[in-house]
Amino acid sequence: MSQTTLLQRKNVSPISQKKEKWDIEISSEKKLIDFKFKELWHYRDLLMLLVWRDYTHVYKQTILGPLWYLVQPILMTLAFSVVFGNIAGISTDGIPQTLFYMAGITCWYYFADCLNKTSTTFKDNQQIFGKVYFTRLIVPLSIVISNLIKFGVQFLLFLCFLVWFAQTNKAVQPNAYVLLFPFLVVLIGGLGLGFGLFITSLTVKYRDLIFLLQFGIQLAMYATPVVYPLSTVAPKYRWLIDINPMTPIVEAFRYAFTGAGIFSWGHLLYSFLFMAFILAAGMIIFNRTERNFMDTV
Amino acid sequence: MSSKVIAVENLSKRYRLGLMGLGSLRHDVNRVWHRVRGKADPYAKIGEVNDRAQAGTSDYVWALRDVSFNVQKGEILGIIGKNGAGKSTLLKILSKITQPSEGSVKMKGRIASLLEVGTGFHPELTGRDNIYLNGTILGMSRREVSRKLEEIVEFAGVAKYIDTPVKRYSSGMIVRLGFAVAAHLDPEILIVDEVLAVGDAAFQKRAIGKMKDVTKKDGRTVLFVSHNMQSVRTLCNRALLMHNGGIAFDGGVNETIHQYIAKAFKPHHTCFFSQKESAPGNNMIRLRRAELLHAEDQPLNVTMTFKFIFEFWNEIPGVDINLSLSLFSIRGECIFNVVTPSRSLQKELVSSICIVPANLLNDGEYTIKLLFVKDTTQVIFAMEDLLTFKVADAGRTGFWHGKWNGAVRPKLDFDLAPTT
Repeated sequence: MSQTTLLQRKNVSPISQKKEKWDIEISSEKKLIDFKFKELWHYRDLLMLLVWRDYTHVYKQTILGPLWYLVQPILMTLAFSVVFGNIAGISTDGIPQTLFYMAGITCWYYFADCLNKTSTTFKDNQQIFGKVYFTRLIVPLSIVISNLIKFGVQFLLFLCFLVWFAQTNKAVQPNAYVLLFPFLVVLIGGLGLGFGLFITSLTVKYRDLIFLLQFGIQLAMYATPVVYPLSTVAPKYRWLIDINPMTPIVEAFRYAFTGAGIFSWGHLLYSFLFMAFILAAGMIIFNRTERNFMDTV
Repeated sequence: MSSKVIAVENLSKRYRLGLMGLGSLRHDVNRVWHRVRGKADPYAKIGEVNDRAQAGTSDYVWALRDVSFNVQKGEILGIIGKNGAGKSTLLKILSKITQPSEGSVKMKGRIASLLEVGTGFHPELTGRDNIYLNGTILGMSRREVSRKLEEIVEFAGVAKYIDTPVKRYSSGMIVRLGFAVAAHLDPEILIVDEVLAVGDAAFQKRAIGKMKDVTKKDGRTVLFVSHNMQSVRTLCNRALLMHNGGIAFDGGVNETIHQYIAKAFKPHHTCFFSQKESAPGNNMIRLRRAELLHAEDQPLNVTMTFKFIFEFWNEIPGVDINLSLSLFSIRGECIFNVVTPSRSLQKELVSSICIVPANLLNDGEYTIKLLFVKDTTQVIFAMEDLLTFKVADAGRTGFWHGKWNGAVRPKLDFDLAPTT
């Protein structure tokens, strides 16, 4: 850009006209909000390559390859049907147990995987973060996206069961709310990412939280209507289940595809606001941490 | 046209020493409490100059302190200094890996930093896949990598193996591939840290040629950190000498290297520790004395015999110990390495003498490194730069009075006579 256009555009005084234009400025300043979306866009190819690397790497030297994605939900569904459905005799809102558990498991494990993997971003990547700069957020984002592939495969499995059961069982009633599906996926991914960013940043300096996370996720599953329907929760404990932002998502998912469950716009809005908040907070603290994390690991 | 492409102003970086623990939590809490009340960081002032050899009193040190310099477009700036002088910290800040504690850096154009060769290489992926991955990590788009792919493969010389996983590559091939990717990034500013140290001589030459090429042809700027004075001298036109976190000298490359060598050299003929507890060493051995002795009163010169005397306490009875003594020129080349036979020692004071004959070393400055070795294989204690000394030239007969070439100056049986 020539000097004159710069002058016209910015209407700067002749003194600052001499000021040089720098592409990169590094200072000790700590801006609170600095999301660098432009940089994220710049590294979009890296994002896709990382996703692709994760995907191809996991099933290298296996025979079944991505079919392994299906083993987890099938075995979990089987186990839940035996333990919670038959032995404990917990209601499944009148729809087949297989469908009921699989819906919950598919949603919940997408969340749990996103959270688990993103929560160790700094720890797992300190080698590479210490040697080269790129927008760090690319790494947790790539994790959320590669987990999306796994989620997609598991969701297809769920659809197969759904088609089968919808023909044989009248209680199964997919409805127009399935249109919300993409929105629900974004909510789950956003929640997992937000919490993950938060935790990985906090554990850079003090690693205590990592120990909590492992069984914390396990416990949280029981505070989410995965193995039981929301309708059977005693009013006394209902608030506890309701403050969990995953509750409305799992219920909405199940309601949309099977017709069983409690759907509430209000609760879904709560989940959305919660996600927006935790994601923004997670990104802020993640950005703060990335600037100096090499000094503390 | 020359213009500023890097401007570094009052750059400082403070590190906290020691372990993370409740102490750091207390400092964090205290720091936040000060910030809440609108006061300055209570730990910002207390750092001290970074001199690793001396135990400091504060938990904080300045790895960099008030560093300012400018780099012009097309310059190749060498950065030298001993370990711990702040070179790597400076490069880390310039490549945005860590944030400075104070001060600022401004740069023009795209930056590629090569602090390590092949960052992010994935052993399971093929060479081709890794070029894409590495290239995008360094900031290229996939299309740019595709365009340069052939050039990169050719420069690295791995065409035959391009579809083989890099875990089957030799280490030299990995280094070449890593450098090739970064060198073809077309950055306006290239930051290179010591990566050449790992390649073989032919590769080093090619890499240096490539760096020279890009600066000359395209007016790019290179920052080059190295301990190898030879490569700094061939590549750079200007150099910074760093010392204890600051810039000790900034000037032409030859002058800076001279300053570095002069600064590093301080004759040190003897060290003695009377107290076993405070002597250097560990629970296996402790050094009592190291000394260089020569017979005459005048300074050591090339025609004199001299000896090293070492005394140490052996703490573990019945252990087999030998000493390994390496002599280095001040430029870092190893002149020789000698070892004692391995001896079974009791818990006792042990002494060792090494005699260096006259007419072996060339004139120059030297430093020695001593290793204590157990069972002839396991190094139990090492002392770098234990003694440093200077060997002076002796009066010569004949007409040549310039610098005598060679790492050593032996007196060999070498004569001439008419053929009979």
